[in-house]
Amino acid sequence: MPLLEVRDLHARVLNTQTEILKGLSLTLNAGEVHALMGPNGSGKSTFANVLAGRPDYEITQGQVLLDGEDIGGLFPEQRAIRGLFLAFQYPAEIPGVRPWQFLKASLDAIATHRGQPKLSVREFSKVFDAAVEAVGINPELSKRSLNEGFSGGEKKRNEMLQMEVLQPRLCVMDETDSGLDIDALKTVAGVVNAMRDPKRAFLIVTHYQRILEHVTPDFVHILVGGRIVQSGGADLAREVEQTGYEDLVKSA
Amino acid sequence: MTTLTKSGRDAYAADFAALRQGRNGPDLFANLRDSAWERLEAAPSPYARRGNERWKYTDLAPMARVSFKQAGAPARLPEPSGIRAVAPWDDAWTTLVFVDGRYAHTLSRNAGTEVVAGSLASAGPSEKASVERWLTTVQAVDEEHFTLLNTCFATDGAYVRLPDRSATARPVHLLFVSTASDTPRVSHPRALVLAGKQSQAVVIESYVSLDLTDRHHSNAVAEFVLDDGAQVEHYRILAENEHSFHTGNTRVRQLANSRFNSVSFATGPALGRNDVHVLVDGEGAECNLVGLYMTTNDQHLDNNISVTHERPHGTSHQYYKGILAGSSHAVFSGIVVVKPGAIKTYADQKDLNLLLTPGAEIDTKPSLEILADDVKCYHGATAGHVDLDTLYYMRSRGIDFETASRMLIRGFAAEIVEQFRPPALARFIEDVTESMLPGFRFASSGSGA
Repeated sequence: MPLLEVRDLHARVLNTQTEILKGLSLTLNAGEVHALMGPNGSGKSTFANVLAGRPDYEITQGQVLLDGEDIGGLFPEQRAIRGLFLAFQYPAEIPGVRPWQFLKASLDAIATHRGQPKLSVREFSKVFDAAVEAVGINPELSKRSLNEGFSGGEKKRNEMLQMEVLQPRLCVMDETDSGLDIDALKTVAGVVNAMRDPKRAFLIVTHYQRILEHVTPDFVHILVGGRIVQSGGADLAREVEQTGYEDLVKSA
Repeated sequence: MTTLTKSGRDAYAADFAALRQGRNGPDLFANLRDSAWERLEAAPSPYARRGNERWKYTDLAPMARVSFKQAGAPARLPEPSGIRAVAPWDDAWTTLVFVDGRYAHTLSRNAGTEVVAGSLASAGPSEKASVERWLTTVQAVDEEHFTLLNTCFATDGAYVRLPDRSATARPVHLLFVSTASDTPRVSHPRALVLAGKQSQAVVIESYVSLDLTDRHHSNAVAEFVLDDGAQVEHYRILAENEHSFHTGNTRVRQLANSRFNSVSFATGPALGRNDVHVLVDGEGAECNLVGLYMTTNDQHLDNNISVTHERPHGTSHQYYKGILAGSSHAVFSGIVVVKPGAIKTYADQKDLNLLLTPGAEIDTKPSLEILADDVKCYHGATAGHVDLDTLYYMRSRGIDFETASRMLIRGFAAEIVEQFRPPALARFIEDVTESMLPGFRFASSGSGA
């Protein structure tokens, strides 16, 4: 059974008439890394957020199956505890909540769902500190309010920190690479490569081919006008980088 | 109270006459009461609705409809355990307990000798000069109805004096407890705190109800005088029950290089007013006013804050946060006045609000009145609902809606809550805020998937 199966997905912003996703189909098996590329406005971020269950999108047709279960009607938290993780393009700032507090609450919720004991503060600290080092976050940042006053790069590193600690099975990364300097980009790629695992799949949503020089995808899909118009191997990303999206947009 | 005269004074005339009759012989307050009664008639009425800037956002009609009796001495004193259940408490503190405005010696404890702490009425001969010099002088910067009313009925109060150069980390707690009664009652808690030159102390002022449903009106006045170089860390807790009324006045006069740090927490009353007025009356003095207010259901809470800089090189900060739920209404009117000559003043004020429900309402009005050159002053206010994107972000990490909402509310409050430093007080504030959270639900159409 595929880890994620998306069948003929149609979606729009709640209370609007215009569909953004218009029949998207995609299958991810465990162990695979997929890149989803496309021009601005093609629906990439919408798709990532529909997968994660953002409340102001609605699915009008089609299905999203995680381990064969239709998760289209589930709350975001219900999807998260089933192992889906979205690395946000614009992570929220949360005043008064420290990064470790937030992550502990998250890990506790997931443990509770799985009927596992919660980590003690000491156990959690070990995991947290190791992840802080792995993603190269300034330890001082983790003492501040979550994402508050973080630079764009620090926010993205923090998303990787969460992914590293939560160990999700399906990692959806919404333009995590955009706006990153080369060091941060390498860190992000490093986390993905280290987490590649036969039981896990990645969906890397990106506008550029740049990150794919550091993470070699098994499959590349091009999204135009809310539908996947072309799929291929890692080479496809390089082709698109050279030719641009324009021809694909025209033929779509 | 059936009809109100222009000043609102007549409603109390019979009570005042009875008080005068009942006192045998002169007491500390006799002349002050008589004088206050005369001036009360001329003082602007808080009940007037038209053109009443000072009470613009607070209509006292719900309070005026209740007929209050003056609280007498309680028939019997509450159990200490009952008090500890509803108020912050630490055996290591010096605590002066006032029950319905009356000093309760047997419930109080003096844990140290560094400070003079007791009731005003029983202050010894050595304190007479200090008391007479300062009592009611700090409040007298203006003629305000409720402070005058308090003085009209004053017979006692808390008295704290920190001798020059004395220093203690042991808090002095002024605890004002309201008890249950068959009829609504009004009491007039009062405190006078005199901080001598270079003295340092922690003073906690708290207002609690023993009974959850009793209707009472606490009309409190606390006066603080900080002599040269004095440092006072002040905490004010307003946690009376949801049926009560509270008009609280904190009046502060600061002399040169003194520092007044005040952290307040307010919740509870059906209708509450928190007046804090600081006169920075010495060069280089610093004043930090910080507060958290939490309201829900139909509660109404009005914060009326002013800092007046009379002298050069003063610093003041006002930083308030509000969390509003239900159909509650809160007000923040803050003003910084910089008088001519108060050059090199730095002042800022900020009021941030989190509105959890569409029915909650905040009127926030920070303002500056600058009459001197060469000053730096800033002000700002915000009012926002819980951000749906933030909630979505948290939920996407497996944290359910309820938990996420609570984390956000706690996070918003944390900045102020963390400033309650005495450990027993910090625990009390945490307990109170935690116990309130279930009533602080975030309502939105976006709560589903």
